[in-house]
Amino acid sequence: MALVINHNKPLSTSPLKVSAPLGAAMAFLGMEGSLPLFHGSQGCTAFALVMMVRHFREAIPLQTTAMNEVSTILGGSDQVEQALHNMVKRAKPKIIGLISTALTETRGEDMAGDLKGILARSKDLAGTSVVYCSAPDFEGSLETGWGKAVGAMIRALVPGSSSQPPLKRVNVLAGCHLTPGDVETLKEIVEDFGLEPVMLPDLAGSLDGHVPDHYVPTTLGGTTLEQVKGMNRACLTIAVGEHMRQCAETLEERTGVPFVLFDRLTGLEAVDKLMVCLSTAAGMPVPDKYRRQRSQLVDAMLDGHFFFAGRPVAVAGEPSFLWTYASLCADMGAHIVGAVSALPSPHLSQLPSETAIIGDFEDLEDQILEAGGADLIIANANARLIAGRHGIPLHRAGFPVFDRLGAAHQISLGYRGTRDLIFTLGNILMEHPGHGHGTSLPVQHAEHAHGDPAVAAG
Amino acid sequence: MLKQKIQDLFVEPGCAKNQAKSDKDRKKGCGKPLTPGAAAGGCCFDGAKIALQPITDVVHLVHGPIACEGNSWDTRNSHSSGSQLYRLGFTTDMQNLDIVNGGEKRLYKAIRQAIKRHNPPAVFVYQTCVGALIGDDVEAVCKAATERMGVPVVPVNAPGFVGSKNLGNRLGGESLFEYVIGTHQPDDVGACDINILGEYNVAGELDQFRPLLARLGIRLRCSITGDARYLDVASAHTARANMVLCSQALVTLARKMKEKYAIPYFEGSFYGISDTSEALRAIARMLVERGADPTLTDRTEALIAEEEARAWARLEPFKARLKGRKVLLYTGGVKSWSVIQALQEVGMEVVGSSVRKATAEDAAKALERLGGDEDKLADAITPRDMYAMFKDGKAEMMLSGGRSQFVALKARTPWLDINQERHVGYAAYDGMVEMVRQIDLMINNPIWEQIRKPAPWEV
Repeated sequence: MALVINHNKPLSTSPLKVSAPLGAAMAFLGMEGSLPLFHGSQGCTAFALVMMVRHFREAIPLQTTAMNEVSTILGGSDQVEQALHNMVKRAKPKIIGLISTALTETRGEDMAGDLKGILARSKDLAGTSVVYCSAPDFEGSLETGWGKAVGAMIRALVPGSSSQPPLKRVNVLAGCHLTPGDVETLKEIVEDFGLEPVMLPDLAGSLDGHVPDHYVPTTLGGTTLEQVKGMNRACLTIAVGEHMRQCAETLEERTGVPFVLFDRLTGLEAVDKLMVCLSTAAGMPVPDKYRRQRSQLVDAMLDGHFFFAGRPVAVAGEPSFLWTYASLCADMGAHIVGAVSALPSPHLSQLPSETAIIGDFEDLEDQILEAGGADLIIANANARLIAGRHGIPLHRAGFPVFDRLGAAHQISLGYRGTRDLIFTLGNILMEHPGHGHGTSLPVQHAEHAHGDPAVAAG
Repeated sequence: MLKQKIQDLFVEPGCAKNQAKSDKDRKKGCGKPLTPGAAAGGCCFDGAKIALQPITDVVHLVHGPIACEGNSWDTRNSHSSGSQLYRLGFTTDMQNLDIVNGGEKRLYKAIRQAIKRHNPPAVFVYQTCVGALIGDDVEAVCKAATERMGVPVVPVNAPGFVGSKNLGNRLGGESLFEYVIGTHQPDDVGACDINILGEYNVAGELDQFRPLLARLGIRLRCSITGDARYLDVASAHTARANMVLCSQALVTLARKMKEKYAIPYFEGSFYGISDTSEALRAIARMLVERGADPTLTDRTEALIAEEEARAWARLEPFKARLKGRKVLLYTGGVKSWSVIQALQEVGMEVVGSSVRKATAEDAAKALERLGGDEDKLADAITPRDMYAMFKDGKAEMMLSGGRSQFVALKARTPWLDINQERHVGYAAYDGMVEMVRQIDLMINNPIWEQIRKPAPWEV
């Protein structure tokens, strides 16, 4: 149980948050033939684009309505209309996610109404699904925008409940804390139960870093519109991450497909629940492959717990990220001395730490200092300054990770993902003996503490 | 008024391109009108931040919602030889209620908190779109904060929607002129002090030419703003000459410093071997004209002769490895013609060069280098056409900024970063040799042969 503290400081120092429109854009990037559009000044797009390019090391299709002084005063509807025409002409996207920003929301535009008018009078837009998503920067962070975009897609693209019987199909509402590698793993697990997964969205299809044979101006893959239209015939929806709850509820209301929410899919018991759920839905026993993998994870926990036990660990990130990593470290016996979330979320009070702060990297640094140090920080790459200043090893994960290769393929989901994560974190803890909290004091250090026998003899 | 300031910036007697325009065209400003749905590039705020962020020991505080700073802090690869304070992201992170009630109080408290915790010599406060739209008076807040807290708080009024990144660079320069330069009188003024304007110490490039200056007894009083300390910028008015590097960004600042402090300036570049020599000559000439020891001229020539000979000799071994290789140059800020010269010198064929942001004079020089072939000079190349150039073998390598890197890489074509995010410095003599070395390492990397072969089952 954690006491959740929100200072609501006027000054955020070294922010943990990123903007909600960025989160919304990222969700739209999980769709095939997609080209998201920010309705704002061109800098809004440039910053988000550069950040995602640096993280994924991929071209990121993302456009802007390029609001200027005049359109900011007079209204941006014309800018939106022009942008849509230009994008369709140049890139022929199948889906455009139109995302508002703080600039246009502060103005107070009736974008939904304007868009209706634009679509009604533009024949050239007939072959493109334009989905509007309101995501002002002054509300929330990555998860907020991601959730809003997935919700907007469900409302705009998924048909109502079907009169036909459900298929052996499972909808998966993947949270933004899952990497393309995680999404790919989850897809495989669902398929191994003889079920057909429909991921919304599917970053594994678009941002997994593959090399197409020709030039593509939109996303390189992802969930198709046809797949989304068939989501009403699924027998089950799986939602991963607390921030997907609202989307799962919306989808259930709309289609009647029941959902199961997983707060995380990292950790022995968490993955067990997924296996039971899929086994029940598919009406088949858990495949041998996963029984073996479970056993390997159990062994990894046996081998690894020595290095986690009692070690002070600090975690910072979006709520679902923080929840996943802090819970796993606590599962292994580590002591969570720092927990900082970019956003408030109801389940944070259940975190395995004394306090959880809604804040920034400055708060993380203060928590670590109060705790007298930490042996490991788990956070995005922006924690490098703090980690460097205090000489604490940093395991980079979450978003953004711009100074390491393979951020998209870091896997922490499933038995195997958990096993490998335990090895990665365990190895860091093994290599850095830490503050003397742990069991692994270096040998010469221990001898010194008891006095050097040779000196004593002399 | 911001509007008046921007209009003033659109009339720049120091800019040849600007002077060639009609009055009407001039009013429209320098940036090309943006096409919604087909625009790329940063906003005015981004430009101001690029121009001022390299001041290392101050707090850079962004007054706006999270996107402006949360999505961009500590991403610019500008090095510091001292304080790391500039790398922290500071923002008021405006929320719903601030939009409704106004954000001035929040900003004031934020300034106070930053000063209390970090004790900086100054705070720079950046206005953004949302703050401007709801009418937060950043200048008034900064004035009040300066008076009550005794620390200079400098407003930078460059909200994103007023224009391009370039305009932002220039508005940043305006803030320095108005609030910082001339506010400190150093006690060590010398006859060989210079400033370099529009130099951001990307990848530590200062260290590639500062030693050359030092060997000539020339002191860099202040680079505006690469690796600068606040007091250095405040003392910049005591320099004897100004060199303007990225001319379109800070030429207005140079002109105003000339008018107010009688500091002569020239536009030059440290990219390319002959450009570096020209720059050193110009600095020496200006200093001697203003009373520096006249032997400086001969000493400069001697240094140039020695360094040029050394650089060309170091380039020699690359000739065999790079001869006839076709390279596409797609740059913004780096002066393309002097890079073209270096590439041609090692035997590479420059198959195209962009002159998007170049002045008419630079474009003419580039055209001359390319043998007058206008087809090779492009304003902008679409990603689709660029991809086709690589696939058809018209270009074997690209030198560009990070934005277009994946067009080359996905076409399985070598690429080298020569933009502001790069991690290797390419300035002056050593820098140019390093760039050629990097080109060799990229274009002759063993991966290309492996990854271009089809999978065995595709044969």
